[in-house]
Amino acid sequence: MSNAELEIAVDDPTAPEENSPAVTNSRTVDVAVSLLLLALAVVLAWDNWRTGASWDSTGPEPGYFPFYLSVILGGASLYGIGAAFLSGKEAVETFVTRAQLRRVMAVFVPTLLFCIAMQFLGIYVASFLLIAGFMRIVGKIAIWKSLLTAFLFSAVMFVTFDIVFDVLMPKGPLEAAFGY
Amino acid sequence: MEALGLLLHGFAVLLTWKTLALMMVGLVLGVFVGVLPGLGGPNGVAILLPLTFSMDPTSAIVMLSCIYWGALFGGAITSILFNIPGEAWSVATTFDGYPMAQQGKAAEALTAAFTSSFIGSLVAVLLITFLAPWISSFALKFGPPEFFAVYLLTFCSFVGLGREDKHKTVIAMSLGLLLAGVGMDTVSGQLRMTFGSTDLLRGINFLVAVIGLFGISEILLTMEERLALRGHAASISLRTVLAVWKDLPKYWLTLLRSSVIGCWLGITPGGAIAASFMGYNLAKRFSKDPDSFGKGRIEGVFAPETAAHASGTAALLPMLALGIPGSGTAAILLGGLMVWGLNPGPLLFVEHKDFVWGLIASMYLGNVVGLVLVLSTVPIFASILRVPFAAVAPMIVVSCAIGAYAIQNAMFDVWLMLGFGVVGYVFKKIKIPLAPFTLALVLGSRAEDAFRQSMIISGGNMKVFWANGLVGTITTLAILLLFWPLIDRLVASFGKASPPAAKAEA
Repeated sequence: MSNAELEIAVDDPTAPEENSPAVTNSRTVDVAVSLLLLALAVVLAWDNWRTGASWDSTGPEPGYFPFYLSVILGGASLYGIGAAFLSGKEAVETFVTRAQLRRVMAVFVPTLLFCIAMQFLGIYVASFLLIAGFMRIVGKIAIWKSLLTAFLFSAVMFVTFDIVFDVLMPKGPLEAAFGY
Repeated sequence: MEALGLLLHGFAVLLTWKTLALMMVGLVLGVFVGVLPGLGGPNGVAILLPLTFSMDPTSAIVMLSCIYWGALFGGAITSILFNIPGEAWSVATTFDGYPMAQQGKAAEALTAAFTSSFIGSLVAVLLITFLAPWISSFALKFGPPEFFAVYLLTFCSFVGLGREDKHKTVIAMSLGLLLAGVGMDTVSGQLRMTFGSTDLLRGINFLVAVIGLFGISEILLTMEERLALRGHAASISLRTVLAVWKDLPKYWLTLLRSSVIGCWLGITPGGAIAASFMGYNLAKRFSKDPDSFGKGRIEGVFAPETAAHASGTAALLPMLALGIPGSGTAAILLGGLMVWGLNPGPLLFVEHKDFVWGLIASMYLGNVVGLVLVLSTVPIFASILRVPFAAVAPMIVVSCAIGAYAIQNAMFDVWLMLGFGVVGYVFKKIKIPLAPFTLALVLGSRAEDAFRQSMIISGGNMKVFWANGLVGTITTLAILLLFWPLIDRLVASFGKASPPAAKAEA
């Protein structure tokens, strides 16, 4: 194998630092999620009780099956809260460090903005903006590369979905200007 | 053999230029998806599903299943060359695969991985060819109580046999079943859990949830890591391939053992991940030289890869024969069947022969073509990793959004996908398992229908689940599995208690 020694290396310029302080630990999140699920279970149980969770002449009413599922969900969440408190303080894992959270937000916030922009600009323009912006700002990739990649990807998606496969996507003013 | 005739018919269905082209596209996309970090089999299939909406069901399933085979092949590339498992089931492949690459034997390791993947799938496909028609014809006699018992068995075995905290599996499952019930009730037509929202009227679409749970959440999780990578590039020459294949008969026992483990764990909801580890550990235990494992032994690549592929393929058996998926990806394919207007379950074998046998034939052909494809194009696929994640991540986000929107042409679904993305991220971090969640979402309404129909038949008497030997056995087995951890502990404590007693007597 002549070229077996050839290496592929990729850098990550905005990687999270190793020794960043923890924002919160897994147990806290565990309890918070269990509480949320418990609340959800109570709301759903109430709604299904209202719909009818008993039996009538034709068999179980529409709310019967989901009502008991809400009870099971609520029970398991309660158990989860109890188990988290009893598990002792020693083995508490970090849920996320501050640097990690910053990186997760660096992808979540643009995604959120993308979803909002998609309703006004159409999905293709929004995806161009997302890809170009993300590559430039988070990846620190050269502007021309970012713009070109974003343009090519959006164009390929447009041709694949809207033209070849007839899957219609939300479109905005730009597509309207070209008559689509 | 009737199966052989039908299989030949399946090949006839398959051998059109259009289907073959779709197969190639599927395989290439699949390997692509398998190689990229932050994407895997289930995500790839879920995101690319919208492409198939305008196809006929046979072309659609051929393309999607080829994406799946491709992803299974692709996972091995990153494990061996970069020590980064592209998929969870490739983790065991890194143990010996990466050391081999470091010793300059990357080509051998890759050939071994691809070949054993091929063997594993082939064994599982043979099993499907001969077992699935038989199981489905047996299951044609099932009524609603039997079906509910089988669903119950699936759910209970997840709780009883899963490695996660039991209450977390129960949470995942009941939440999935509840969300599946949102919207119009199929039996009475009444609205449930919609809280007056017109968007929730349609219900929570399973595929939207999957795209969020697997696609978006995986991006969030991947971003947490340091994404710099360094690895070997390799190309495979024909001589290496032949050299590895010549040695293959020496490892027949390992290959056979791993295939059997894989098939078994694929059919039961154990999954490819467990299969690959079990395959590896057993090969190590039965080896004459267990210490050489982990230092670049080719057997350590054969064992987990064969098991993972056998399991990934065998997971389609219960999906085809009973309408119960054996893995996350199989669950998504099942969701696809419903979109294309097919009703999953044993009737598929009767009503849609072209579809079923076309799919089974495509498993044979897809694996052969896939093997040749990956062996010849490894350098190209390995270089995909040169593309920085900062470019890949937004593209995946866009693909996810397109996928979620296209399913029902609804903006609400895009928001739902984002919500499920966050849920998936948090759930994964606090170890609430996503596989039972997905399974419950896709099976929820069918399980409920089966339950309510049984109740209507019996007039509300639970004894209907023990009405005859068959349904009684399945129900009892389900309950046993649910309490399996407790039973296991009891048996173990008896086992522990008796030897000292025996000693005392002696």
